[in-house]
Amino acid sequence: MPLKIAKATFATLTVLFLVAPLIAILPLAFTSSVILTYPIPSWSLRWFEELFFADAWRRAIVNSLIIGAGTTLLATILGTAASLGLRNRLIFFRGSIRTLFLLPMVVPAVVLGVGMQVLLAGFGLTNSYLGVIIAHTVVAVPFVIVSVTGALSGIDERVELAAQSLGASPTTVFRRVTLPLAMPGVLSGAVLAFATSLDEVVLTLFVAGPNQRTLARQMFSSIRENISPAIAAAAFLFIVATVIIGLVVVISRSMLAKRR
Amino acid sequence: MAEFIRFDRITKFYGPLCVVENLDLGIAKGEFVSLLGPSGSGKTTLLMMLAGFEQPTSGDILLDGTAINAVPTHKRDMGVVFQSYALFPHMSVGDNIAFPLQMRGLNKAETNQRVTRALDMVQLSALVDRRPSQLSGGQQQRVALARALVFEPRVVLMDEPLGALDKQLREQMQLDIRDLHRRLGLTIVFVTHDQSEALTMSDRVAVFNKGKIEQIGTPRQVYDEPATRFVAEFIGETNLVEGVVEAVQGAEANVRLTSGAQIVSAVSGAVAPGQTVYLSIRPERVDLTETRNDARNCLETEVTDSVYQGDHLRVQLQNAAHPLIAKLGRRSREFAPGTRVYAAFAAGDCRVIAP
Repeated sequence: MPLKIAKATFATLTVLFLVAPLIAILPLAFTSSVILTYPIPSWSLRWFEELFFADAWRRAIVNSLIIGAGTTLLATILGTAASLGLRNRLIFFRGSIRTLFLLPMVVPAVVLGVGMQVLLAGFGLTNSYLGVIIAHTVVAVPFVIVSVTGALSGIDERVELAAQSLGASPTTVFRRVTLPLAMPGVLSGAVLAFATSLDEVVLTLFVAGPNQRTLARQMFSSIRENISPAIAAAAFLFIVATVIIGLVVVISRSMLAKRR
Repeated sequence: MAEFIRFDRITKFYGPLCVVENLDLGIAKGEFVSLLGPSGSGKTTLLMMLAGFEQPTSGDILLDGTAINAVPTHKRDMGVVFQSYALFPHMSVGDNIAFPLQMRGLNKAETNQRVTRALDMVQLSALVDRRPSQLSGGQQQRVALARALVFEPRVVLMDEPLGALDKQLREQMQLDIRDLHRRLGLTIVFVTHDQSEALTMSDRVAVFNKGKIEQIGTPRQVYDEPATRFVAEFIGETNLVEGVVEAVQGAEANVRLTSGAQIVSAVSGAVAPGQTVYLSIRPERVDLTETRNDARNCLETEVTDSVYQGDHLRVQLQNAAHPLIAKLGRRSREFAPGTRVYAAFAAGDCRVIAP
């Protein structure tokens, strides 16, 4: 019994440790005070107003959505294509190639950022939406690959062979069988790609110009300039968005599980 | 019978591994041929090459006189049934069966009509809107069967289709498939490692071993007249006894066993006097008597064990040099261990096999 209690206490403390920063920041989104501190004098939505109507914040939100959407599209297409390619057992060094694709997950973002800036400058793509989208895509693709590869590996190869034998050409097999079966994985990959883009600061610092300031980047700079509770409101938005994204992933995974 | 499918000197290598070696096989239209053998004997690989999933390393596959090596799977017009059913999990039963018809551009009315007919054929009409995951294994396999037959393919290929079903269901499906084969005049190539399944269903059985066909013939031929030791041992149970040929007269040979006993046996291949051979004697052909009788072959033996197995009595015997097994009908009397008996069998009930 005492062991059980100790375990429960430990678990609770661990969870607390993980969510404490969130608990600390969230109430401040609703403060009426102009500074980001406790105690909260009274409740207000003024910082959300600021977020949606102040030019800098509004632009940052729009930028995040543009760049997020672009990244999602690009990363999902590339990641899905890569996963499909990596299914082919005849590819030499298949394992190594897969590792290469997943490398951006572990390479320090700063290193990636420097390289990216040099590279994009060469193509004249710094300070452009496309540049930021490309940079974000590089870090988002591995998430898509992991997710889509998982979904593809669950497909019985013989189902595709059966489709072929029933008269489906390779493209039809892909359209009618492979893609529909991999769709939950593709969707959750897309969601993860969007989340990655939304959250990305380091690469954005390196490659984005003032016109491509994303929400995350705006939070980062405004916390140094003025510690306004608008940051807390932005954080609140972030958390809501993340929770929604998380739910989408969980739901699409359970859809995947149900199919089998 | 006109040849419909021909494997012409087919060889298949996986890297350095030869899985099918210089294989020839002809199959007639409307014939049910089983490819029987242990796993790794090349039977499934041959089927996969016929379906177009694999390419032969060398040799030609001919369908109706035309080489189809270069024809991609989706244009071969062959229905394939897999052991794992391989139904489309994201489609209903009806959509699964409609799939090959849609691929052939049939209109909706015709498609629906044929799906209905196919579902009737496998007695699953009530389940048309279910997903495959909501069906039992037997039902799924019947859907797979309907899907492979609905477009009236030129050949139906089955890769151990009943392997995942329990015994009773498997036996029912064997009879169902055999019935469909007869009613629809299908050409079926059926891969299995289950010898009783092959014997039950086939017009002819091709026994595979190490990438080669050891023997091909009717179920009766491969069982009663095994050409090789492998076939004798793989199909059914048999007693293999070593001996030396003393004389050959027509289709019979005199063989002297190492114990000294003389046996007269049927011969199917070419053997010469002086050659060391095996005799294959099916246990159910052995009769036990207490006194020496006038059967052509009569060995004096001693009962070492006797087991009642419901439909038969299994008696283990020890001859001077060879253990023997006899399966006796259920009306047989019991034999206590230690009893001295004569094991008798006709010349036609044993067979000389060159080693």
